[in-house]
Amino acid sequence: MLNEKREFYLALSIQHLNFERRMNLKLRIWRQRDANSKGALVDYEVKVNPHMSFLEMLDELNETLQQKGQEPVAFDHDCREGICGSCNLFINGRPHGPMQTTTCQLHMRHFHEGETVVIEPWRAKAFPIVKDLIVDRSAFDRIVQAGGYISVNTGSARDANEIPIPKIIADEAFNSAACIACGACVAACKNASAMLFVGAQISKLALLPQGKAERKATGRENGGSDGCGGFWSLLQYRGLLG
Amino acid sequence: MSWVAQTLNSTLGRKLVMALTGLFLCTFLIVHAGGNTMLFRSDGGQAFNEYTYFMTHNPLIKMVSYILYTSILLHAVYAGILTAINRKARPVGYAYARPSENSTWASRNMGFLGVILLLFIIVHMRTFWYEMHFGSVPMATYDGQEYKDLYKVVIWAFSQWPYVVLYTISMAAMAFHLVHGFRSGFQTLGGNHPKYNPLLSNLSWAFGIIISALFAAMPIYVFIQTH
Ligand code: HEM
Ligand code: SF4
Ligand code: FES
Repeated sequence: MLNEKREFYLALSIQHLNFERRMNLKLRIWRQRDANSKGALVDYEVKVNPHMSFLEMLDELNETLQQKGQEPVAFDHDCREGICGSCNLFINGRPHGPMQTTTCQLHMRHFHEGETVVIEPWRAKAFPIVKDLIVDRSAFDRIVQAGGYISVNTGSARDANEIPIPKIIADEAFNSAACIACGACVAACKNASAMLFVGAQISKLALLPQGKAERKATGRENGGSDGCGGFWSLLQYRGLLG
Repeated sequence: MSWVAQTLNSTLGRKLVMALTGLFLCTFLIVHAGGNTMLFRSDGGQAFNEYTYFMTHNPLIKMVSYILYTSILLHAVYAGILTAINRKARPVGYAYARPSENSTWASRNMGFLGVILLLFIIVHMRTFWYEMHFGSVPMATYDGQEYKDLYKVVIWAFSQWPYVVLYTISMAAMAFHLVHGFRSGFQTLGGNHPKYNPLLSNLSWAFGIIISALFAAMPIYVFIQTH
């Protein structure tokens, strides 16, 4: 099934490479001048190449807006390779859109001709809007600062296998360490809770011997026990509001 | 702050109260539903009245009933607090969201379902509990001993269609509340394991539907019998 899909897309991209087909989309994008002004969804029409990434599609829209002397759409991005977690868009009712990837790894071939694409910022009280589609996710940083770390003396690098760690545990810790703090979990949760994020920050340390030593202290400081339903109240409660 | 106050002020502590009181209410439902099946006996209500006599006179049951009243109050108050916090966490919603991709309808509407249950509990307690304790219930005599004839009150209520409609709708709401609640009560207490999760989910469905259907069958049965 997966292979069939892959081959299908490969054939599709070759076809598009050759014919440079253009796809008409209607975009409905949240525009908001700054944190305090009222925003609204604004409609745009674009013609895109299905090979484009979602962000390239927005780049092109912005170029045309600038050519017309209009304000480009502000959106966050950095690595564009799925590792930094900056590109956070709520696309057609889902964080990061229809595929299970970051927004920067989403391609226009996953949309169809004539489709309306609604693009909104993450919605959470703890993530205030900066401008248009950009939200301030520094609340995550403050959670990490409050205890999402362990004390390690600096110096020359230690031997990686100095402390034996079973592979299953190492893998599980790595799964949590792979959190890129994108905020999709908060955006998706019906209660805008950061439970997954906080859980990942705790597990990646607490599963390993180095983190176990400080598990209780960091857990408490982290407000780890304050998970579900309480991202905003957690920040308030711990005095972590920006 | 003492650790107790600190825990009860954290969202997790509040969720713990929700889970413990909710699951306690679930155990109550089993006993309550089991006892009430006496209504299905065609003995003029003797078994049912003897059962209600036992439930209102046994000192142990009396004590548990105070825990029950407290649980309902705590559960409703904490539900209000948590629902308010959850709403405040997203002051501006999405213009276009597809919430059913990662959550069930029941899980998103526990507060709404709970309000239906609370209204139901108020009517239910007024009709039976209040009458039993403070109202004038006719008496029945079995083997020379006098019993309050609560059975007559039940028949009086359930032979009227508004009661039957109210009970059926409320039990449908309870089914949804329990299908999500039973399972997530365990989740709140830390019961989440890939091996046991499917079992827990199935149990939750079975529990929610069987208990609610059993309760709903009582007014419907009495209504049919008396018409
Ligand atoms: C008195 C009226 C009631 C109200 C207002 C109410 C409201 C709620 C709400 C809002 C939740 C979700 C809380 C959250 O996690 O954010 C909940 C969970 C729950 N409710 Fe109720 N409910 C009521 C009655 C009942 C009854 C009668 C039962 C069972 C007999 C019950 C069993 C549960 C259980 C097991 C949970 C799951 C707790 C958890 O997620 O840990 N509730 N209730
Ligand atoms: S846990 Fe949340 S913040 Fe971390 S990668 Fe997953 S969705 Fe993004
Ligand atoms: S831009 Fe870095 S993950 Fe998408």
